[in-house]
Amino acid sequence: MSEGIIIGIVIFTLATFLGFELIQRVPPTLHTPLMSGSNAISGITIVGALVVAGGGFGWISTVFGIGAVAFAMMNVVGGYAVTDRMLRMFSKDGGGK
Amino acid sequence: MIPHVLAELGYLLASACFIVGLKRLGSPATAPAGNRLSAWGMLIAVVVTLLDTQMVSWTAIVIGLVLGSGIGLWMARTVQMTSMPQLVALLNGFGGAASVLVAGAEFLRSELAGEAIPPETGVVIQLSLLIGAVTFSGSLIAWAKLQEVMTGKPITWPGQKLMTGLIALGIVGLAGWQLTDAASLLPAFYTVIGLAVVLGVLLVIPIGGADMPVVISLLNSYSGIAAAMTGFVINNHVLIIAGALVGSSGIILTRIMCKAMNRSLANVLFGAFGQTAGTGGAIGASSEGLTVRSVSAEDAAVQLAYAQQVIVVPGYGLAVAQAQHVVRELADLIEKNGGTVRYAIHPVAGRMPGHMNVLLAEANVPYDKLFDMDAINDQFEQADVALVIGANDVVNPAARSDPASPIYGMPILDVDKAKSIIVMKRGMNPGFAGIENALFYHPRTAMLFGDAKGSLSALVSEIKAL
Repeated sequence: MSEGIIIGIVIFTLATFLGFELIQRVPPTLHTPLMSGSNAISGITIVGALVVAGGGFGWISTVFGIGAVAFAMMNVVGGYAVTDRMLRMFSKDGGGK
Repeated sequence: MIPHVLAELGYLLASACFIVGLKRLGSPATAPAGNRLSAWGMLIAVVVTLLDTQMVSWTAIVIGLVLGSGIGLWMARTVQMTSMPQLVALLNGFGGAASVLVAGAEFLRSELAGEAIPPETGVVIQLSLLIGAVTFSGSLIAWAKLQEVMTGKPITWPGQKLMTGLIALGIVGLAGWQLTDAASLLPAFYTVIGLAVVLGVLLVIPIGGADMPVVISLLNSYSGIAAAMTGFVINNHVLIIAGALVGSSGIILTRIMCKAMNRSLANVLFGAFGQTAGTGGAIGASSEGLTVRSVSAEDAAVQLAYAQQVIVVPGYGLAVAQAQHVVRELADLIEKNGGTVRYAIHPVAGRMPGHMNVLLAEANVPYDKLFDMDAINDQFEQADVALVIGANDVVNPAARSDPASPIYGMPILDVDKAKSIIVMKRGMNPGFAGIENALFYHPRTAMLFGDAKGSLSALVSEIKAL
């Protein structure tokens, strides 16, 4: 097995543990924004999508790439925007939007 | 192009933004800044990628970016808070689709270039395709169920599990064959994707609408894992880190939802719960002998106006009736009369984790008045009035006392311990799980029949008239 994959597995495992620690501290009140916000984070596939779309690896790859960029961007922009919209509604004094 | 080391550091910075951003989601006060930090991380990752890669075609990138951002922004701006579960389901699915397309394109690129794919890369490509495709089609089915485009009832047929199992086996077989046999890869590649899409459908259609909170939490986790697998495919650590964070988040939420329903994940996924309506339990058989006390809005208003401690128990019926704002108005009136109003929120009160909290926040209810089940359950004894609005199974005392009940053992809000209880309900129909509710026949319970919004408006005007 290549070294790259091993390092990847190490990082994946450590990040999973870190994720458990972080998420367990999120109160139930914020679980919906947590889900939409983490949705946005999983849009990180945009990084791979950009390379595929712009790399010039043949027309099939380009078509796949455009689709991937579009889907990932919906995740990123949709996810962050809707999370922001929700979080703005949470207020301590109930004062307003 | 920038030196690759710089790009790696940029990705590290992006990962750090995601981690600190998630940490700040730990409190409503810091959460908005946390979300923005996370978004900055994403922007950094995108810019670094654009600078680091030898881009041949900017047209393709711009088309994708404009299309995706436009649709994403439109969805985020227009979605109703009650439809948030559908949006999250869709976004999960899109994440899965993006992973399939990236891993697929990477596979096709190596194929066309005649490069030999090392076995470990082959494995991660297959995993990326499989998890991504299952997430995609499974999420679309979850969306259709939540949106009520298709029936919320479990769809099952004889031999369904066998069929699901065979398809899963077929995928493993085909994937394995691709790893060993260099020839005829393309047909197998497309077949794996096709079968994985079918598998996603088969895994979600036997699950009832009431269990969708678990399903979208799980699919949330899958979308993260798919992103991480894609990270292995293109050998990029920021994908692996971000994907792992999302994967663990989804798993935690899945576990919380299962615990709140006292069901195992296996039971949720394969149990087809809610298919056979009302095996009932003991109450169902004996409910004829019990009496239900109904109350007028006028009497209920008097009771609420002079109550010191009121606990509101909102259920999904409240959201369906779009009555969050009237509840807030009612609470303001009670507080003006010197009482205190708190909200008791069961983990599965809405259609996804934390959904009810968002709906109440939209109605400007301050978040420090929203209490989790564990935080408020011992407070019901001191409550003068517990006001149950559109909630049913989550306040059914049978879950504590009746081993024959299908929901026995499920953690519930101890509403029956309050000094008096007012239940707002359309009629005496049993809830989602089709189970009779002993609370409605409780000596201290008064039923206020009618549509939640109408009843609440009536209460508001009665209290104002006092």
